Amino acid sequence: MEPSDGPSREFLAGVRAQLPILIGVVPFGVIFGALARSAGIPPLEAQGFSVLVFAGSAQFIAAGLVAEAAPPLVVVLTILVVNLRHMLYSATMAPHFQSLPLRWKVPLAWLLTDEAFAVGSLRYRRTDVRLAHWFFLGTGLALWGSWQLSTAAGIALGGLIPASWMLDFALPLTFMALLVPTLDSRPANAAALTAAVLSVALAGLPYRLGLLLAALLGVTAGAWFDRRSAGGLRSEV
Amino acid sequence: MSRPDLWLILIGGLLVTYATRLSFIVFIPYERMPTWVRRALRLVPSAVLAALITPELLRPGGAFDLSFGNERLVAGGLAWLVAWRTRSAWLTIACGMLALWFLSRL
Repeated sequence: MEPSDGPSREFLAGVRAQLPILIGVVPFGVIFGALARSAGIPPLEAQGFSVLVFAGSAQFIAAGLVAEAAPPLVVVLTILVVNLRHMLYSATMAPHFQSLPLRWKVPLAWLLTDEAFAVGSLRYRRTDVRLAHWFFLGTGLALWGSWQLSTAAGIALGGLIPASWMLDFALPLTFMALLVPTLDSRPANAAALTAAVLSVALAGLPYRLGLLLAALLGVTAGAWFDRRSAGGLRSEV
Repeated sequence: MSRPDLWLILIGGLLVTYATRLSFIVFIPYERMPTWVRRALRLVPSAVLAALITPELLRPGGAFDLSFGNERLVAGGLAWLVAWRTRSAWLTIACGMLALWFLSRL
């Protein structure tokens, strides 16, 4: 038998492990709320983005597209491509969640963001992972809760936040902290470098299509390097 | 944008995003994916994150600026070094923001 406080201890450890990341996430949530309002999105729908879509970068880009009056289909497609990376997170977590019942899998998948994945997947590298899903739940809910509250704060405060604080810069910095650990192989470096160069070169395209093309061509370039390095199969996710 | 259009985006965004998250955890056994898809998927975070970050550094305000006068590029470069050396999220964010505030007040 587990000690009765095992789940809650794991849950709280998950919340604590997420705190350093929240330093970058909370300002970004506030910025999102404010930006969504200035893009002409009513408060309910602005909060709806955070509740329903719950994907920071995609929400930010979607709000920008709404401000440009892009067709809804284009916005949804962009959200899809920007969030395709969650499939990798899903694939990585799937073996860990395999033995859990569906009533666990469905909410845990719901909480699967860059930040929850970065922190939560590390827990599974340590010993005794029998209760690690409680850790993941804690880390994911800490993030989800902070995201909702910071969005609401941004919607309410709106233009009160001085632009000179440049809080929007917290997001690229957060992504930088998430990107660096992924650059552990030549294909990954090639994918990132290609996407980086093309994202700037194609930035003039409408509807953020440059972002989509840069990401897709980056993956293509990385896959090309991957194919050249034979025998790379051993490092499967 | 009209409210029905907004809700179309919200519901569509919810469905596509949740589908990517549920994909392997609930729907598809990972072993059934063709190898090339698996290998390509491994590269997606590196590519997407790089494509999201770089314009923020090199095109602040929408115009290309590769110079030391570009505060976001310099602050971002410093944050990159911190991320690379420390692997610490909060140090990366803190150093990047402090550098940006400092540079913009020079």
